[in-house]
Amino acid sequence: MPTLDMPLRTMAHNPAQLPATPPARATAAPPPARAGRFAPAAFAPSAAAAVAWAVHYWVPSHQTDKPTHIYPKFLLIVLVAGVVLGLTQRLWRRVKPTAWNFPLAFASNLLHWAVASAPVLAAGVLLLCAWDLVTLKLALVPLPYFPGPDAVFQTLVNDWRSAGLGQPGLAECMTSSLALLLSGYAVGSVLGIAFGLLIGWFPVARYWGVPVMKLVGPIPATALIPMALMLFRNPTLSAVWLIALAVWFPVAMLTLSGVMNVRASYLDVARTLGAGQGYLVFRVALPAALPNIFVGLFMGMGTSFLTLVVAEGVGVQAGLGWYIDWARAYSDYAKVYAALIIMAAYFSTIMTLLFRVRDHVLVWQKGVIKW
Amino acid sequence: MAEHAPAPRSPARDDASSLRVVDVCKHFVAPDGSDVHALEACSLTVAAGEMVALVGPSGCGKSTLLRLLTGLDRPTSGELWAGSERIEGPSAERGLVFQDPNLFPWLTVRKNIQSGLVARGVLREKRHEVDAFLRLVGLEPFADAYPHQLSGGMAQRVALARALVNHPRVLLLDEPLGALDAFTRMRMQDEVLRLWRARGTTMLLVTHDIDEAIYMCDRIVLMTPRPGRIERVIDVTLDRPRQRNSADFLALRAEILEELHFAGQAGTDAATGPQAGEPRTPEELARQLSLGAGPDAEAP
Repeated sequence: MPTLDMPLRTMAHNPAQLPATPPARATAAPPPARAGRFAPAAFAPSAAAAVAWAVHYWVPSHQTDKPTHIYPKFLLIVLVAGVVLGLTQRLWRRVKPTAWNFPLAFASNLLHWAVASAPVLAAGVLLLCAWDLVTLKLALVPLPYFPGPDAVFQTLVNDWRSAGLGQPGLAECMTSSLALLLSGYAVGSVLGIAFGLLIGWFPVARYWGVPVMKLVGPIPATALIPMALMLFRNPTLSAVWLIALAVWFPVAMLTLSGVMNVRASYLDVARTLGAGQGYLVFRVALPAALPNIFVGLFMGMGTSFLTLVVAEGVGVQAGLGWYIDWARAYSDYAKVYAALIIMAAYFSTIMTLLFRVRDHVLVWQKGVIKW
Repeated sequence: MAEHAPAPRSPARDDASSLRVVDVCKHFVAPDGSDVHALEACSLTVAAGEMVALVGPSGCGKSTLLRLLTGLDRPTSGELWAGSERIEGPSAERGLVFQDPNLFPWLTVRKNIQSGLVARGVLREKRHEVDAFLRLVGLEPFADAYPHQLSGGMAQRVALARALVNHPRVLLLDEPLGALDAFTRMRMQDEVLRLWRARGTTMLLVTHDIDEAIYMCDRIVLMTPRPGRIERVIDVTLDRPRQRNSADFLALRAEILEELHFAGQAGTDAATGPQAGEPRTPEELARQLSLGAGPDAEAP
């Protein structure tokens, strides 16, 4: 046997050639926590909640004489939680989640985030206070269009299980919207990536496929609602189809450009390694195009929210979009604002999750500007 | 067989590892529409297990010839043979390493090295060899690193291991060490020689660096540009391991520089480009050939 296993002795003697830290250690070291300094700023949300509560309690109401109880309770909870958070602020660190510490790591990271974002949270509470003043307290804007935070908070609680009149509540609307959104988004992104790969890889498919994409793609999916209802007759199916269509276009477009811009030398190297078509498409072109594909997925996510809300207004009997439409018909604007608050929290959470997936999948990218 | 070492081909190299280039021409259409004769009537035979250098100034067609041998490009006329098989397309029997390591950035070092096995669908049977190749190029501690975390020399080692994992009969090297600093380059030259001796792979090395060619190769093919053709083939008979500053080494170096010097004057004026004057001294020519390029100049 020739001396195949002889390791390179030169390696160890050449520190200049080694990166400053081996990658194994680079990931393990946590960023130095800003421990040691006790930040009074962490108490800001408590202070803001105290102010907001005082305003709500002592300033007389002019808009309506039927104030509710949920909003002041919420403020008191924020006050207490803020004090606890401020006192324990040094306990919470960023922890890398593993299989066994996951719940604890999640809580610690969340609380760490809350401490770091204390000023922003306080500003949010003060904004509630301003809203309370403008509406309920000083009645600068008229009812029923501008209910105060107490009415909206009360609606969130009252309508959680049922919106009244035998209609589904907010919880059911949330699951219904999520199911629609996820199924439409999944179908659209899978079709988009498949279509983009197909027309990116095969010139014949590109010749016939690009004109179709360029003509059909830019049509706003919402403009196709009548056609969708006619084609599917089932409002849920047609909503899924519309969301899928809205996602398909940007994903296919960006996949196409990603595949067309794969470095030729990657393909050359793969060919000399014995790669067939399958390897070239799915193991070279597809991963090389992933950064582009994610741009398309984010664009598709934005259009899918829009399409979801509009499509739900047509025929579907549940969902956040439906709920807003329905509440507006009754001029119950507290319900509209309640649904908007849920939507904001909901959609930004979904967006954050997609960012997480992106960071995980594209961990191999170096020094690329992350957006 | 010691535990899980990658087995080289039988030491008695079979004829299938040889290369034959028969009267090959390659013409391109330049962006301005003119016809470029990248290669004109080139013929060359590389014996099994031989290490041969292709040397010449830019535009002499050495990289073109290498690409034709991989099968990624087809010649305008002429034939290329690997053993008794005509080269019709790329094959895992002929590995390729570029100046840029071209590692797949989305794969870790280990997965880059095993990509050849995955591509051929033999990962299951040969997975154990990947560790041996990691050891072979001294990168075990970096098995799970991504390419952007590696230095240039380490990345090029990974590229070598990736090309070798399929046990190719022939390894085609296109200025594989050109982008490395002088010290890393000399170390890598020894390493490639070690791999060559250990595995008996036929190697064809394109290089700008005459010292590298003399230090490593059995034969040096001198090429001249426009049209690209083979000017002369020089046998390097120095004993291995070679001394970079022995009298024989330096004499051969001077001979090659002289040869290229005359070749430059005998060839078309376009050979040295419009901006550069005709080289008058070997040193001047050496600069044009980016030999021992600039601040990276090798120690004497």
